[in-house]
Amino acid sequence: MTMPLMRPKRKNPVLRTRQMNLPPWARGRVALGITAAAAEGRFELQTCEDCGTVQYPPREACHKCLSPHLHWREQSGEGELLACTTLHHSNDLFFRERLPWRLGLVHLDAGPTLMVHLHGEVGEAPARVRVGARLDRAGQAVLIGFPNEGSAHMADDKMLREMTSDPKFRKVLVTDGKTEVGQAIVRALVKAGADIVWVGHAEPWKKMGGLEDVTALPQVTLVPLDLTNGRSVAELAGEIGGKVDIVINNAEVHRSFGIGSRRGTDVAKAEMDINYFGFLRLAQEFGPALKGRSADGVTGATAWVNLLSIYALSNFPPHGTFSASKAAAHSLAQCLRAEMSPAGIRVINLFPGPIDDEWNQHMPPPKLSPGALANVIVKALRDGVEDVYPGDVAQEWLERWRDNPKVLERELAAGGG
Amino acid sequence: MARRRFSYEGVAVAVPITVPYVRYSTRTAHWFIGQALDALVKTSGIAKSDIDGLCLSSFSLAPDTAVGVTQHLGLSPRWLDHIPTGGASGVMSLRRAARAVQAGDADVVACVAADTNHVDSFRQTLGSFSNFARDATYPYGSGGPNSIFAFITANYMRTYGATREDFGRIAVAQRSNALSNPHAMFKKPLTLDEYMAARPISDPIHLFDCVMPCAGAEAFLVMSQDRARDLGLPHAVIRGAIERHNAFADDPVMVRGGWQVDRDDLYAQAGAQPGDIDFVQTYDDYPVIVMMQFEDLGFCEKGEGSAFVRAHRMTHDGSFPNNTSGGQLSAGQAGAAGGFLGMTEAVRQLTDTAEPRTVPDAQLGLVAGFGMATYDRCLCTGAVILGRPS
Repeated sequence: MTMPLMRPKRKNPVLRTRQMNLPPWARGRVALGITAAAAEGRFELQTCEDCGTVQYPPREACHKCLSPHLHWREQSGEGELLACTTLHHSNDLFFRERLPWRLGLVHLDAGPTLMVHLHGEVGEAPARVRVGARLDRAGQAVLIGFPNEGSAHMADDKMLREMTSDPKFRKVLVTDGKTEVGQAIVRALVKAGADIVWVGHAEPWKKMGGLEDVTALPQVTLVPLDLTNGRSVAELAGEIGGKVDIVINNAEVHRSFGIGSRRGTDVAKAEMDINYFGFLRLAQEFGPALKGRSADGVTGATAWVNLLSIYALSNFPPHGTFSASKAAAHSLAQCLRAEMSPAGIRVINLFPGPIDDEWNQHMPPPKLSPGALANVIVKALRDGVEDVYPGDVAQEWLERWRDNPKVLERELAAGGG
Repeated sequence: MARRRFSYEGVAVAVPITVPYVRYSTRTAHWFIGQALDALVKTSGIAKSDIDGLCLSSFSLAPDTAVGVTQHLGLSPRWLDHIPTGGASGVMSLRRAARAVQAGDADVVACVAADTNHVDSFRQTLGSFSNFARDATYPYGSGGPNSIFAFITANYMRTYGATREDFGRIAVAQRSNALSNPHAMFKKPLTLDEYMAARPISDPIHLFDCVMPCAGAEAFLVMSQDRARDLGLPHAVIRGAIERHNAFADDPVMVRGGWQVDRDDLYAQAGAQPGDIDFVQTYDDYPVIVMMQFEDLGFCEKGEGSAFVRAHRMTHDGSFPNNTSGGQLSAGQAGAAGGFLGMTEAVRQLTDTAEPRTVPDAQLGLVAGFGMATYDRCLCTGAVILGRPS
């Protein structure tokens, strides 16, 4: 049983805020294949196409038959814990600050032997365990031995909490509370145990439905935030920047049409001003504050979430300028991820297909409900993943894009959404 | 049936050198190699220019390799080898040097293992020790070999019923031996109670299961017996030698080493049985590995290591002398020189220069090597049986 995490005491303002010492981040190019899968929540190992051997650590050839035809295949992770140890000494600062630390040696049913971090609910060897891959604070994949049957509070495990970005007891900024998506995110965060949810709203004279409901929740506070206005962003950052643990940037402008159906650039500029420049303003003001608090105890600053679109991967001409703004935001999010990584702040990108809102009125189903999208965000924070493609449409486009981006471009040009 | 190998007859192992160990040094590996070579020259009376073979083992030479050392120290060998295989490098160097001498590729080979140890060297070595260490062990707690051998020890204890006290007997006997070795880093006696009460490092590994990294060098000369006799150099001879790498790769966790594959060959070369061996110098990175060597080299059956250590005294004057210098656990681990420690000590025993820690009437000694924990176990194993010249 994992003891449920208790609400941390108020921080003593006299004490220095602990800074992040990242766990070892160096990996060889081949080993990054595990990271690529873990970034999407999967545990994959190299499998030989010719003889079927599953091998670990990753190599440049099959160690059985020397074939170079190695592919990454998803693993169930079932295996036997052969031995465990509790470290009382470490040569690395990250672990030294977190001792004692438990490790295991697992013989996977699929063949190889793995060294893993051990979840506290896994007992002494021998024991059956399930190995999964997670991103650690350095953003690199590590393998974790989980109990076959976890208890209700297993997410509160001390080691796991170091890897993930669970919103429980954390303070979150949601940049736009006026949309159905924004309100669903706020409700999901409150349900997940967030301590405070600050909800941005621009243009307060516009009365949109539903805002009263979420602001009635005791954890929720409305804050003025206009991403088109640098001063507005700076003022809010000055007020709450040093307290926010998770930023969820869901603000977006979404209009349909591409190039030829509209004159001028006003609409495209409005999209870029929120979807790209708004994100840039927000990152410049809130990024440094998040980085400074990333090792601040069990509820330290931990993650940044971007609501992008599957159209960021390949332009969808009926929503052409919107696609372009999301592609720009995607590129900027990669830059933000690189700049946040020295502090261990996870940048999570969401690439949904059409959301079931007014701006996708003409899109056929299946469409992603705001509630489902909100649950995906909470799950991504809890699982510590980095890229999420929620919904059937996003999954299908992703598969087509990975198979051949040029073919997808032709299909989309021909109206084949 | 494997083709019968050539014997190692006619080869002498002489002039065992230890450059005294220090915990930390601001010098480079080159300094320690230079000191070792200087001692080889002065002790043997062989001119530096007559050393025409060099076999080097070091972890802290980078960016140099062995050839850079020839220019650094003004050597011009006609035979050169670089064996960065740590704990197996003593056995491996001797095998290669012996063949070079037998073949006439070199007349006098200096085998040198040396490493420096700066204050932060050990930590920096761990994360970049191997591709697999960087990718698959160092990110898991960064305990270095301590956590790897904690798994091996825990599994061994669970499988065969060995206890911490059993491992303690090995460590305590080695400390007793170290007290009569002037080069040993540890000068104070160790009791079993102190061993048991030591702080945990990575359960079940505790403080006195671990070696102390330090700086230093070990070296010896390999030449023909004729040459050694002409020079009047006391020497030992090679009765048999084996090595094996990446053995039992399908064992999910290490319970046996490559010695088991080749030990019959080793004893057949020597025309001897395990019972004929008068002392052993096992590779003691952790006591569990010493116990495995007792089993895998045929001194007892697999799983009987703990009963074996309970039945024997492992001091230099005991019923089963092991690591008579104190081994790395009590003399210190000067990087790759740890892989030479057993070799220089065995030559001292067989040339009657081990003084207060002499094994009485020793005729045959076994030296084992074990090196390179690139992932979940050490890959290199080797062993030699040394004897007195007839």
